[in-house]
Amino acid sequence: MTTTNLSPQEEQSPVTQTESKEAQRYYSATQFQLIWWRFRKHRLGQAGALILLTMALAGLFAEFFGPYSGITRTSEAVLVAPQAPRFCNDDGCALRPFLPGVTAERNMETLRMETKIDLSVRRDIYFFIKGEEYKLLGIFKMNTHLFGIEEGSIHLFGTDSLGRDIFSRALLATRTSLSIGIFGVIIAFVLALVIGGTAGYFGGGLDYGIQRLTEVVRVIPVIPLYMGLAAAFPKEWSSTQVYFAMTLVLALVGWPTLARRIRGKLLSLRGEDYVIAARLSGAGPSRIIARHLLPAFMSYIIVDLVISFPFMLLSETALSFVGLGLRPPTVSWGVLLQDAQTVRAIEQAPWLFIPALFVIIAVLSFTVLGDGLRDAADPYQVSN
Amino acid sequence: MVKFLVQRTIGMIITMFFVSMMVFAIMELPPGDYAERWAFRKFSGTGAQITEADLDNIRANFGLDRPAPERYFKWISGIVLHGDFGEAFAFQTSVNNVIGQKIWLTLAILFFTLVVTYLVSIPVGIYAAVRRNSIEDYALTAFSYLGFALPNFLLALVLLYVSITVFDSSVGGLFSPEYADAPWSIDKAKDLLSHLVIPAIILAWSATAFQLQTVRATMLDELNTLSVTAARARGVPEWKLLLKYPARLAINPVVSTMSFDANRIFSELPIVALVLGLPELGELLLKSYLDLDMFVAGAILLILTFMIVFMNFLSDIFLAILDPRVKLIEG
Repeated sequence: MTTTNLSPQEEQSPVTQTESKEAQRYYSATQFQLIWWRFRKHRLGQAGALILLTMALAGLFAEFFGPYSGITRTSEAVLVAPQAPRFCNDDGCALRPFLPGVTAERNMETLRMETKIDLSVRRDIYFFIKGEEYKLLGIFKMNTHLFGIEEGSIHLFGTDSLGRDIFSRALLATRTSLSIGIFGVIIAFVLALVIGGTAGYFGGGLDYGIQRLTEVVRVIPVIPLYMGLAAAFPKEWSSTQVYFAMTLVLALVGWPTLARRIRGKLLSLRGEDYVIAARLSGAGPSRIIARHLLPAFMSYIIVDLVISFPFMLLSETALSFVGLGLRPPTVSWGVLLQDAQTVRAIEQAPWLFIPALFVIIAVLSFTVLGDGLRDAADPYQVSN
Repeated sequence: MVKFLVQRTIGMIITMFFVSMMVFAIMELPPGDYAERWAFRKFSGTGAQITEADLDNIRANFGLDRPAPERYFKWISGIVLHGDFGEAFAFQTSVNNVIGQKIWLTLAILFFTLVVTYLVSIPVGIYAAVRRNSIEDYALTAFSYLGFALPNFLLALVLLYVSITVFDSSVGGLFSPEYADAPWSIDKAKDLLSHLVIPAIILAWSATAFQLQTVRATMLDELNTLSVTAARARGVPEWKLLLKYPARLAINPVVSTMSFDANRIFSELPIVALVLGLPELGELLLKSYLDLDMFVAGAILLILTFMIVFMNFLSDIFLAILDPRVKLIEG
């Protein structure tokens, strides 16, 4: 396929020393190398990938990066506003960041608790501090946290109405929400591969039936359909069961779009000479699909998978937000946003919305990453 | 044209048949059965002892002891022949009573949202294509990205917050208190319209972002065609030329995806309605899911899907009128 960008003259002469190193490297590169080189030119896509990688790491090691476990309640810090670390006060500046002292006082006129910030008090922030014990990745017992404070408590994103640290909870939620998206996409992909693959490879009546089925799934409004499936979860299910059921629900409603794409690609490729050659030499359908057809459009499928991510994330958030998806004590972005359902909540504690920023950033990153990959997916395109 | 219409109508009926089976399957999904939930609703807190025999009686009363295909047939024939959607147990009345007027409010929201979507996305999409790679174009692309990424309930909450703090008015609900129970009048309709603005903006947000990009992409393709160059060479004024050739064609993909927009809008409706407190079908659907009032939920799901399928039918007809080539291919 690379030969398309060679002139006839070059095509005839064998690769000689006269060709530059770069050209040789280009002509002998594998498809994935070419995709990688093109993707490296797409700045926005790379930024998206970087942000997602950071999020994934932060989620994976949430207990280490967050100063508290997601369920620790600080009773003296209920609905505390986000606290920004400072470096300077009247006494001067220092490299070690600190939180100013906080005193809570009841205002005798309004009877509300009011917090006063006392800049003269330095509550130093320490790094790699010993704190609550946790199991890293569920295996290693540890008690070191990336940062923490010795007097009082530290809440970068504030606390909720039960005094739980939103920063720590948002990191844990990142793990849940991203992983549910990943599992959902994988299951949807397998379903789409089997169903779309069958339809596309065999064609005919089977294809027609499967097409009608996907059409019906696609015509019912998506979120109400999700909700109907999620409403059926028994109330007594544990949070783990609900978690896995949710991935299944997301996948069940997510496969038709992917299946259509796979079917279309297979239909267009199954008449190619190399497929007929494989069939003549006795290869079975599953071998032909897996060995000969899939690699031909794998890059497109990867792009489709990346693009379907935001949809899964938004669906999970929406379902959990209205109480039909994941349930507490599981922490996900949607579950966190349940606290911010009413206008009164925003007026009282706008920082309860911070988890929504995670959703927006993740969705945007997936979208630009998908765009970048789509441009890179076809490395031979420019040569025409 | 008649043949085309008949074909499409038959297609619509077949799709709805499969949809109704799927909806029935969803209604059957929740654990426990209707009789248990009905008895729980009715007798919980009264101290009455319910035995298995009582449950069997209730089951027999509702015909729940019949096999699933028979129940499906009874349910669907009730709907098709008598327009009867069954019993809403949480409200102790028929589903028709519960849904009633809400269908029209839902349709009003859908219609209003679609109007907003197309009034914004088509002209703006054309503008972005004509001024491609300008600052405005980039800004609009950025807006489209945000349109995909912003969860709609978040937008709803933010607009609600702004309208309360800045404009000191509540955007929740569909009617002002003084009109809520009043009979229909011009003033009440005006009141409804003013309350529809915020929900329509929120629901139109992502659909607009999507269609804007579609219009822009099609326009870019069409602007490069020879017909445009030829018209320009003839000295046709630029705006006239835009409307005559590329803009006409750029509308086609928008028209053909009208039912997807309806699908998107109905998808977002329950959550937006919950936040804004809109008394329409989406909100009721959410409530009945939470109560497991599956007859109401099934009826609403069926009605919403029917609206989408019907929109698809309409968009096929519009498309055939706008672009006669479509009919030739199909026919």
